[in-house]
Amino acid sequence: MLDAICGRVKPAEGKIIFKGIKDVTEMSEHQIVELGIGRKFQVPSVFMGITIYENMELAAARKRSLYSTLFTKLSKEQMERIQDVLQKIGLYEKRYRTPAALSHGEKQWLEIGMLLVQQPEIMLLDEPVAGMGRKETDKTGRLLKEISEKCSVIVVEHDMEFVREYADKVTVLHEGRLLDEGNMHEIQENPKVMEVYLGRGGEGCD
Amino acid sequence: MERNLHYLKGSFLKDRLFANNFIITLLFVLLALAPLFLSDFRTNLLGKFIAYAILALGIDLIWGYTGILSLGHGVYFGLGAYCMAMYLKLEASNGKLPDFMSWSGQKVLPWFWKPFVYAPVAIILSVLVPAILALIIGYLTFKNRIKGVYFSILTQALSIIFVVLFVGQQAYTGGTNGITNFKTIFGFPLSSSSTKVTLYYVALGFLILAFLFCRWIVQSRFGKVLIAIRDSENRARFSGYNPAIYKTFVYCISAGLAGLAGALFVPQVGIISPAEMGIVPSVEMVIWVAIGGRGTLVGAVIGAILVNSLKSMVSEGFPAAWSYFIGISFVAVVIFMPYGLAGLLNQIKRKIYTQKSVKQYSSAALNILEESGCDEYVG
Repeated sequence: MLDAICGRVKPAEGKIIFKGIKDVTEMSEHQIVELGIGRKFQVPSVFMGITIYENMELAAARKRSLYSTLFTKLSKEQMERIQDVLQKIGLYEKRYRTPAALSHGEKQWLEIGMLLVQQPEIMLLDEPVAGMGRKETDKTGRLLKEISEKCSVIVVEHDMEFVREYADKVTVLHEGRLLDEGNMHEIQENPKVMEVYLGRGGEGCD
Repeated sequence: MERNLHYLKGSFLKDRLFANNFIITLLFVLLALAPLFLSDFRTNLLGKFIAYAILALGIDLIWGYTGILSLGHGVYFGLGAYCMAMYLKLEASNGKLPDFMSWSGQKVLPWFWKPFVYAPVAIILSVLVPAILALIIGYLTFKNRIKGVYFSILTQALSIIFVVLFVGQQAYTGGTNGITNFKTIFGFPLSSSSTKVTLYYVALGFLILAFLFCRWIVQSRFGKVLIAIRDSENRARFSGYNPAIYKTFVYCISAGLAGLAGALFVPQVGIISPAEMGIVPSVEMVIWVAIGGRGTLVGAVIGAILVNSLKSMVSEGFPAAWSYFIGISFVAVVIFMPYGLAGLLNQIKRKIYTQKSVKQYSSAALNILEESGCDEYVG
C-alpha cells in the first residue's frame, strides 16, 4: 500500500486522492515528493558516497532542477533546518563523515532525517525499527512521536510492543482489506483481529 | 574543545584538498614542459594521449560518478573526429571533391558535407553532434529505466551499428580507410613541427578547461545528485529528483567531451577510421579510467595518459605483448586496487594524514587538559 501511495507501483485499479484534489496514481515518484509525501524503505537507503551533511543537503533542497543544482546554493533557512534536524537525530558531530561509518540504527535515523528536511506533510515508513535493539527502537519511537506533531506519520510495523507504545491510531489489514481501526487497546479487544492473528495459531494447537 | 576539534577537522579536509590540487597542478605543469624535452614525434604522441584524457574525464563523469557503464564511447569520439576530419579534408582538397569520393564515383559534394567548409562550424558540430545523439539515446533509455548491463549492451550495439554504417557508406565516409591525407589546418601545414607543438598546447589547454569544467560539476550539488543516483537511485527518486533527466544530461556532457577529444585527435594523428569507433577501443577507454581510478577526475587523466604511454612503450618493445599486458594489468587493478591508482594514492595520503592528525589531536588534547587544570592526567 505504501508503494502505491508514493508511486513505486501503480495499482491495477482505483485512485489515491491526496488532499482531495490530486490523484497520485497518475504521477511519477519525484512529482509525488513535491506534493509533500515522503517515503522511507525498510532497508536503510542513504547515499554512501557523499558525506552525511551532503545527504541532508540533497534532501533539503526545494528546487531540484538541473539549473538549480548546478548554480544555486541552499538558503540560510534551509541550512539552519539541516543543522536542527542533525541535532535532533544525533548525527551533528558526524556530519562530515560518510554514512559508511554509521551503524544500522544511525543510518535509519539519517534517512528519517532526510525525510524530515524535505518537510513532507505525510511521511510513510516501512518497518523503521526492524533490526534495531530495544534502546534504538525507543529512540526511534520518541523521534517519530516528535515528528508526528508537525506532519502525519504512517508506519507499517510488526513489532507490536513498538506499536503499543508509540502509535496513536492502529489500522489492521487482512488480505488487503481493512479489518479494524482504533487505538491499540480497542484493537486488541476486537474478536475479529484475535481470530485472524491469534485464532489460527490456537486452532492449530487444539 | 568543540571549536578546537572543528578547526582540526577543517584543516584536515583542507590538507587533502590541497594534496589533490597539488597532484593535478604538478601533472599539468609537467605536461606543459614536456615538449621542451621530448622529440616532435613523442610530443605529438603525448598530444594524442591528452586528447584521450579529455575523453576519459567524460567517461569518469558517466561511469565513475553516475555509475552508468557506457561501452560505446568510441562512437562519440569517432563522430567528433569525423566532424573535424571533414573540415580538414575539404581544406586539403582545395574546394574540389575529396579524393575518396571521386574514387567511389560520387560527383557532387553531399549536402551534409557542405557546412564543414567552415572551421568554426566543424569545431562546434564536433561537440554538438555527439551530444545530440547522446541526448536522443540517453533520453529514450533512461526514461524507460533501462540500466545496468542492459544499457552497456545497448551502447555496444550502438558501436557496432556505427562501424557498419561508416564502413558501408564509402562514398560519404571513406569506408574502412576512413578519412586521411590532410595537408593544412587553418592554413598552417600539419607536417611542420611548430604546428604540431601548437596543436599540443591547444589540446593541453582544452584538457585543463575540461578538467576545471568537470571539477565544477562534481563539486556542485549537481555532482552530489549524480553520486546519489549511483549509490541509491530509488532514494534519489524519493528525495524528489528525476534520475532520467540527470542521467541524460550527464550522458550528453560525456559525449560532448568525447567529441571534443575526437576533434583534437584528428589533426594530431592525421587519420580517423571506423576502427576507432569499434567495441575494442570503447572498452579500452573504460579500462583507462578503471586503472587511473574511477570517481576521481585526477585518476581519469592519469589513467588515460599512463596506460597509453605504457601501450606505446610496450608495443615498441614487444609488439605482440600489448594485449596480454593490458589484460593482466586490468585484472590486477580490479583485484588489488578497486579504486585504481588514484584510490591507492588516497590510501597512502590517508595514512600519512591520520598519523599527522593523531599527533595534532593529542597535542590539542594536552592543551585542553592543561587549560582545564587536569595536570595530573598530563603528567
